[in-house]
Amino acid sequence: MTTASKLNRLTPYLFLAPAVLLLAVALLYPIGYMIYASFLDWRPSQYIGEAEFVGFRNYINLWNDEAFRESFGVTLKFAAVVVSLEMLLGVGLALLLDRKLRGMAALRTIFILPMMIAPIVVGLMWRYMYHPTVGIFNRTLKSWGLDPIPWLSDGTWSFVAVVIADVWQWTPFIFILSLAALQSLPQSALEAAELDGATGWQKIWHIKLPLMMPVLIVALLLRLIDAFKVLEVVLVMTNGGPGLSTEILSLRIFRTAQEFQELGVAAAMSNYLLILLMILTVIMFVYNKAVENRAARLRAEAQEA
Amino acid sequence: MSVQSNKSSSPAFYALMVCLIVMAMGPIMLMLATSFKTNVDVNDVAVGSFFFTPTIRNYEAVLCNVLWYAPASVDYCDPTFGRALGNSIFIALVSTAITLVVGCMAAYALVRFRFMGRGPISMTTLLMRMVPPAVLLVPVFGIWTFQYGLDGTYTGIILVYVAMNLPFVIWILQSFIVQVPIQLEEAAKMDGANPFQVFFLVVLPIIKPGLAAAAIFTFRIAWNEFLLSNALSGRSTRTVPVTIVNSITEYDIDWGVIMATGMLLAIPPVIFTFVASKQIITGMTAGAVKG
Repeated sequence: MTTASKLNRLTPYLFLAPAVLLLAVALLYPIGYMIYASFLDWRPSQYIGEAEFVGFRNYINLWNDEAFRESFGVTLKFAAVVVSLEMLLGVGLALLLDRKLRGMAALRTIFILPMMIAPIVVGLMWRYMYHPTVGIFNRTLKSWGLDPIPWLSDGTWSFVAVVIADVWQWTPFIFILSLAALQSLPQSALEAAELDGATGWQKIWHIKLPLMMPVLIVALLLRLIDAFKVLEVVLVMTNGGPGLSTEILSLRIFRTAQEFQELGVAAAMSNYLLILLMILTVIMFVYNKAVENRAARLRAEAQEA
Repeated sequence: MSVQSNKSSSPAFYALMVCLIVMAMGPIMLMLATSFKTNVDVNDVAVGSFFFTPTIRNYEAVLCNVLWYAPASVDYCDPTFGRALGNSIFIALVSTAITLVVGCMAAYALVRFRFMGRGPISMTTLLMRMVPPAVLLVPVFGIWTFQYGLDGTYTGIILVYVAMNLPFVIWILQSFIVQVPIQLEEAAKMDGANPFQVFFLVVLPIIKPGLAAAAIFTFRIAWNEFLLSNALSGRSTRTVPVTIVNSITEYDIDWGVIMATGMLLAIPPVIFTFVASKQIITGMTAGAVKG
């Protein structure tokens, strides 16, 4: 009896132990280690114990470093631009195509492809298409008698090029989420609006969009978090250049560690990025909880009535 | 309903759909076409994007050391890619298997048991989901090299991938386990099954769709990942994404060969997409769209 109840109390821990152990060894500990490393002047040739402790110097130097600030700005601009474009296009297309169309399943399947393929390969494909002479864009322009565009060799164009690649890859994500949200809307609300003689636009503005809002906000936050993580596509397409025009933060972390061998500085950058992502995550978490609580309250009120 | 289905037969919507499909598939098709082109055809502006004499020599060059015959078109066989392909398959499969087993046990405990530490554990897991690989680069390099002595080994890379994927797998499987009728589990307990038997014989078979979704996502990340693999793998454990990036740093790119490499890397995710698009969509929408 006592052994059985002891076993019962231990059961959840037995189920959890492998996961907790793995997460502690390979995720939590590294994050702690990173925070510690960000206070060091550390190079890959040294043991971490030999590195000099420099306090907040890495953070302060970064803050005063114009190149880092520019890279931070590029990251924010990139995230803001791609996420707004993807939300507009994704939600717009979902509203437009939310009807009984044959072949919708095929479209959704094909739309997943860009997200499933390795970012490295996505970068490769776009780099080929943007190629100054053999790329499909400049070839087409030439055949129309237009001047070629310096896609990846001009600061502004290379930013545009990277944005287009990301929009190609991730608009389907917003589209699929929005479509799922639209199809789970309560039919009764839409039918009531139709009886009241609401036009298509009125239905979208006053019923569909407000009811989709919880899903849209979560989709927005998820995309925002992912946009700050982008690395490989840009690495392959432009390697951050020309100049710093596409040097997003994660790429700068990679180059600071790999090329400049300044692990302490790279750790401090990682910490800036992590803080940013944690803020977004907490916002999402709090928002989700609020929506759940509201839904639960509404259900409870409906039951009482 | 009826109003909507009447309107929808309009050809404009089908034109839009075809347009979107062409846009989504276009770059992939272009890569496929280029992978069958000779270097001469790639650089000849007169040769159209899709009209040319296809050749498999790019694939022969990439796979020369794993083919059962010695391709006549290849003068010098570079074994880098063939080996990397083997590494990628091994690393992705093993890390997916471990992540799934460990992840579903943890998810089950978090859903079905009330115990001390449950809140903090599930909260930490949720937060860990957001940690990008770039943030792990420095610490993982340092720890794996100087403390665990795992740099350049399969174990080292697999360990990172398992840890990186666990939070997501735990999170998505929780939403599937919640839906398992608790009566089934109670009935099994009545019949004298211990918690592990209940889990493996009753719960796991029911959440197969969830496991499939989790497996695809884990495999995809382990298969596609570049950054950490680049930092941790040695000469003999290098994965495909790393070899691709290494081969494009040169100024003069052999587009035919590199596109063939890209196609080979893209094939498994493409197959998953066509076989299990339903599970993938479930995985993507889980959490964001309730119900």
